[in-house]
Amino acid sequence: MRLVVDLNKCQGYAQCAFLAPDVFAMHGEESLVYDPHPEEQQRERVARAVAACPVQAITADGLRGAPGSAPRSALGVPDGR
Amino acid sequence: MTEASLVSRITDFASRADPYPLYEELRRTPVLHEGGDGPYVISSYYDIKALFHDPRISSDTITLAAAGRDPLDEQEETGGLPLSFLRTDPPQHDRLRRIANSGFGPPHRPRRIDGLRGVMAETVTGLIDGFGDARRIDLVDRFAHPFPVTVICRLLGVPREDEPEFRTWVDPLVASLDPGTRQSADDAFLKSLHQSRTALGAYLAGLAEQRTAQPQDDLLSDLVRRDGPDGSMAMMEVLSTAVLLLIAGHETTVNLITNGMLTLLRHPDVLERLRREPELSVNLVEELLRYEPPVQIVSQRTCIADVEVRGVTIPKGSRIWLMVAAGNRDPERFKDPERFDPDREDIQHLGFGSGIHSCFGAPMARLETQIALTELARRMENPRLVEDPPPYRPNAVLRGPRHLEVAFDGLR
Amino acid sequence: MAADPGARILREGRIVIVGASLAGLRAAETLRAEGFAGELTLIGDEPYEPYDRPPLSKSVLLGMASPIHTELPHRREIAARWRLGVPAAGLDLAAGRVRLADGDEVEYDRLLIATGVRARPWPNEEEARLDGVCVLRTRDDAADLYRRLKAGPGRVFVIGGGFAGSEIASACRGMGLPVTVAERAGAPLVGALGGVVAAVAADLQLENGVDLRTHVTVTGLEGDAAGRVRAVHLSDESTVEADVVVVSLGSLRNTEWLTGSGLGAGPRGIACDAGCRAFDVRGIVTDDVFVAGDVARSPHPLFGYQFLSLEHWGNAVAQAETAAHNMVCASADRRPHLWMPAFWSSMFGVSIKSVGVPPMGDQVMVTQGSLAERRFVAVYGHQGRIVAAVSFDNTRWLEFYARQIERGAPFPVEFPTMDRRPEGRRPVPAAFPDPSLPTHGATVTLTGYSPADRQLVFHPARP
Repeated sequence: MRLVVDLNKCQGYAQCAFLAPDVFAMHGEESLVYDPHPEEQQRERVARAVAACPVQAITADGLRGAPGSAPRSALGVPDGR
Repeated sequence: MTEASLVSRITDFASRADPYPLYEELRRTPVLHEGGDGPYVISSYYDIKALFHDPRISSDTITLAAAGRDPLDEQEETGGLPLSFLRTDPPQHDRLRRIANSGFGPPHRPRRIDGLRGVMAETVTGLIDGFGDARRIDLVDRFAHPFPVTVICRLLGVPREDEPEFRTWVDPLVASLDPGTRQSADDAFLKSLHQSRTALGAYLAGLAEQRTAQPQDDLLSDLVRRDGPDGSMAMMEVLSTAVLLLIAGHETTVNLITNGMLTLLRHPDVLERLRREPELSVNLVEELLRYEPPVQIVSQRTCIADVEVRGVTIPKGSRIWLMVAAGNRDPERFKDPERFDPDREDIQHLGFGSGIHSCFGAPMARLETQIALTELARRMENPRLVEDPPPYRPNAVLRGPRHLEVAFDGLR
Repeated sequence: MAADPGARILREGRIVIVGASLAGLRAAETLRAEGFAGELTLIGDEPYEPYDRPPLSKSVLLGMASPIHTELPHRREIAARWRLGVPAAGLDLAAGRVRLADGDEVEYDRLLIATGVRARPWPNEEEARLDGVCVLRTRDDAADLYRRLKAGPGRVFVIGGGFAGSEIASACRGMGLPVTVAERAGAPLVGALGGVVAAVAADLQLENGVDLRTHVTVTGLEGDAAGRVRAVHLSDESTVEADVVVVSLGSLRNTEWLTGSGLGAGPRGIACDAGCRAFDVRGIVTDDVFVAGDVARSPHPLFGYQFLSLEHWGNAVAQAETAAHNMVCASADRRPHLWMPAFWSSMFGVSIKSVGVPPMGDQVMVTQGSLAERRFVAVYGHQGRIVAAVSFDNTRWLEFYARQIERGAPFPVEFPTMDRRPEGRRPVPAAFPDPSLPTHGATVTLTGYSPADRQLVFHPARP
């Protein structure tokens, strides 16, 4: 999947880095670095990050309505039922 | 004028179940000042947003006290501990929050919250399993309340076996947040409150001492050993931060989960969709933070200069209330704002505030609520409200049901 | 009443976008979002679909992203004919035709030029060809530079202490590589932020172990027998041994292909009106040629209608959206491009952000925080008005200052703010270098008051 962050909007709230730590990282307290081409298995975490961004700065493609990619349970951990 | 003031009608307990018509009335006067040393009440989205980012607006307790008595009577019980960063301005605020964050999230601990997903899942499963054969439960006492406490215990590093005892100290402190409880508090309650606080402080201090000697993978260990560029926290600051995380971050999550389930039970079609499409929970929780934010009013603000909002000059030293729950339903910002729409795009809500004081625990609250609502929807068979509206807590700021009786046909 | 041509274009026009990067892609998406149903062609000189450039000097060099995978997500289906890997070579305004380097021609009813900029190469061509002499602008550049840095060179030498050069130096230090930065002015970033704030950037570099050389120019690059660069000679007579030299001397606007076309294009970019319509050489605005992104220079009402040339990511997006809208709407519905200039950078773990036009400021005051702590907001004033604000790790306050700029709020900032230190109570000279001297850091260039007016002349460094 592909994503881009509008870093003019970004104010370093770091919600994305909390929720998808393999894709988004804080370099220092306020500056965000990210992988614009995360692996497919990050989709669920990226979706959380995109929705949580307080300034709606993250654009990712193919997040909505992608068949087969939806987590079956919100637990997101093995045997989480 | 014989009619009661709008502010007093909003804080009146009678409005607790549905303050939204009053907020709508409020937005007609986006900068409302009902005279005297009463607050300037700001209710439109863009004005609230602007003031959250205005360097002339202070959150400092001392500045605030000079602005006169707050009708919400929201003074934080610090129990002799130093002020938490919630009630300070930069640079003190920034320093304390940075140190607290160094044990909580990125850049130093980027996986700490993500790493709690397993604990959150287990806890939710255990609590729902615990409903057993019941066909009717109080969701607050049986689920929404115990869940976040368990997660915070794990985050801080409170051993599991200590949890029951620990909770007997935390519960009264949380209860005392409520102005209603405080007003009706008798001597016995006050005494138990004091004992709880002392015991909690002593317990946390003991735990912190252990972590100093033998650090573990938890927040408390990071708070005591952190020696970054901002220096380390004094022991009293460590305790104050731990208590802040426990108390302030906690009641809000209880209300978010409870408001969430209440909203879902009022929108059975959405509840059913969530059962079938768990991924809906992500956007749904954001919409919930807009539609029923657990913090309705940010009242701890004063301006340190004259500030003009929509042509009204708010004089220096005035108390300011930011009505985030009203701003969240401002038609100037949101289309069809009174509608709960989990598919809504562009939900830039004010539910966690904005600017430097934006909610510290937001990522944790988000994950907890996403998991909680999804699993409740998935596992409870045919859940329905027993009483609508449910009984509310008296608090107008941290607004939420005291009980939420839910009837259901069994567990899946 | 004759139908507005916008309606016909919208339904069945032919639109050509030259430049398949951020601005080109966002314009294409906006055209389709506006209901454009005609034929759309995107022409790009690189053989890649549109990719994002800022990560190339940040995430990529930090090892968090692959240089070949920064493709931009698409906001929507754009159903375009792509001509990638073929630069545009000429424009026939009268015939409405773009000529490609391979001889093909593409006709248009509306043309958008978004050809952007390219890295200014090292002026000595022979030295520039030495193995190990790099620039950083494209993904190929980034892949090459990353490979060289990963190989663990003995020293990296960065020529030019602008944002790109400073970000590269930061990445090198992050990888533990020795790095030297040479800057002609007195501090890095001085052209973009002025001397007061640039001094903080200089401290940041020194503290992070950068060998920072200021007030020097590079006089020559020396290669070994195998044609590899081995040393850099400086104007102070010193020599620094280095295996990798990154030339970071700013950029050149990609307008050469328009030479002789009759369009008002030159080294400072392509002049356009507030509606993104290009001017021709006579100063008459065209009605079918539009410009967006780094290559454009357009008048800005907030800054005295000076023509601004903005190498800003956000400007590329906003201007592309406005241009695309104006290309297909009725003439009465056209919108002006009124974007508040804004950019960001990050180096050594510090987030640097700017709103407004700092180089326009002649005075600066630190209204929040402290320069010494490297967490602050600095406000720039010009003729009694706030014209810009820059923050170091204080991003969340910046939108307040953006509104102050929009309102033309008075400068100096008299009202109290939280965390105002004694040093921030009075304005001081912002200390921008003489604008007629080249610097490597300017991201906003004031290019005068008329399409033909060039206030600044760039003198490339000559050995």
